[in-house]
Amino acid sequence: MIRTHGLTKRYGAITAVDQLDLDVREGDVYGFLGANGSGKTTTVRMLLGLVLATSGTAEVLGRAMPRAGREVLPQVGALVESPAAYPRLSGRANLRVHDALAGGRRRGRAGRVDDVLDRVGLGGVDQRPVRAYSLGMRQRLGLAHALLSQPRLLVLDEPTNGLDPQGIREIRDLLTELNAAGTTVFLSSHLLAEVEQMATRVGVLDRGRLVLQESLEVLKRPTGRTYVRTPDVAAARALLDGQVEAYDEASLLVRVRDVAALNAQLVGAGVRISELAPEKHTLEDVVLAASSAAGDRFDRDVPRVGS
Amino acid sequence: MRALTVELHQLVRSRRTWVTILLIDLLPTIVAVLLAVTDIGPRPGTGPAFLSAVLTDGTLFPLAALAIVLPLFLPIAVAVQAGDAIAGEAQQGTLRYLLVRPVGRTRLLVAKLVSVMAFVLLTLAVVAVTAYVVGVLLLGTSDAGQTTTVSGTSLTQGQMIGRTFLALAFALLCMLGVASIALFLSTVVDSPLGAALGTMAVLVASTLLLTLDAADVVSDYLPTRYWLAFIDLFRDPIHWRDVIRGTLLQAGYVVVFLGAGWANFMTRDVTQ
Repeated sequence: MIRTHGLTKRYGAITAVDQLDLDVREGDVYGFLGANGSGKTTTVRMLLGLVLATSGTAEVLGRAMPRAGREVLPQVGALVESPAAYPRLSGRANLRVHDALAGGRRRGRAGRVDDVLDRVGLGGVDQRPVRAYSLGMRQRLGLAHALLSQPRLLVLDEPTNGLDPQGIREIRDLLTELNAAGTTVFLSSHLLAEVEQMATRVGVLDRGRLVLQESLEVLKRPTGRTYVRTPDVAAARALLDGQVEAYDEASLLVRVRDVAALNAQLVGAGVRISELAPEKHTLEDVVLAASSAAGDRFDRDVPRVGS
Repeated sequence: MRALTVELHQLVRSRRTWVTILLIDLLPTIVAVLLAVTDIGPRPGTGPAFLSAVLTDGTLFPLAALAIVLPLFLPIAVAVQAGDAIAGEAQQGTLRYLLVRPVGRTRLLVAKLVSVMAFVLLTLAVVAVTAYVVGVLLLGTSDAGQTTTVSGTSLTQGQMIGRTFLALAFALLCMLGVASIALFLSTVVDSPLGAALGTMAVLVASTLLLTLDAADVVSDYLPTRYWLAFIDLFRDPIHWRDVIRGTLLQAGYVVVFLGAGWANFMTRDVTQ
């Protein structure tokens, strides 16, 4: 669905996106992670033909962007950075404008507009102009815009921005539902939890470079250690000498091949176990390990001696 | 063309459009009322064109109204409208959503330009009709079917209508020149105000330089140089020199600035 080769964007001396090779497959919910300023939005804008790449190529739905924009973009729904609408018009009027721009016939327009408003939970909204909308309502309207043309691919930049927890849940359910119905979702976010709950594949951007691209399942694979929770930590340590890699007053991390055998061994020795589970990598650990410092952090250079 | 339909729809539905037109229309109407009440015309050779003539013939007042709004009011409105075209969408954040809908960049630019010109046409129509009505009602008509030219000879009604349309076409072209400059600036800067003010700065500078003898070498190339040349269409015989020069000069401005605006917009990163 999305494939880039060596995609690069330089603004003067600053390289915003550096040699990006993205691979988003049909049916994915692709979580595009990165700190603020890591180049996510620039990438999204290049995919949509808003920003022109310095070098490299981008293919969306199998066609070269931005050249094939006229054929590609009608099948793509997008929320870029933040929603935007004509402030003096109502949400409905804004959607009608976009329906007309997309070439929708006047007949059936009201039905299409009501349909997307229902989907994002704005079905009962009144005629108030968009400038009187709350942040959450604007976000929902932005999603309605993206869904208007029944896209095969959704490109969403921070779609849950400004929503309360219930709203976030609703949008997540909506995206999951759309994905189940065959829509590929490219979800750019700096919220790890959001991506962890929805994504099937993850790409991590760090200072313009793609440092990781893998399925979520692989990223969250077992670490090979087993987490044991027990009130008898001392007894367990004595029994498993050499295999315990870490412990505190109520639990241990043990490196063993056979978890069932470990369980039998502990119980056999009279060690009481309240919890036993294979330890898994968390997305946070993986992402932080792959990334450098926070993107919006600018440390003072340490002055070198003798210079 | 969908983008054009949507633009025109928004133009006629926007309250700003009608308020602007109303304000522009107000000035010539005030002038007509003052003329009718006081019956004092400008001394020959001073004041806006045709004003001395309209005291005897109210049907000439649309032309006087044109000469009143063309030097300042209309170009300001055009600079604001065209300056808002791209920069306004960019500032609002709606530009990126138009482009990914998708509306092609060239199409968007054309739709915006046509919409600005539709605004000019609408304004000129409203001004002309109001001025005709006000002129006839307040200032009265002269002998039936005869209109006096600036040169003092008479024109038939047919000649008069033909020349009036020519004058409107010329005014439209001058405003197209202004719109081209503003549209170009609108693709360069991110603020609609900046684009409008930049255009006005060009026009004010041009007007100022025209009064300066030292600027004679460039005066023939200044954008406002031939704006009022449409008056020459009402001389007998028609004084074509300035009209033709003005047409060529405005065409030059349109080609250069629209070309630059288009080239800039096509290759520009939309980062707002």
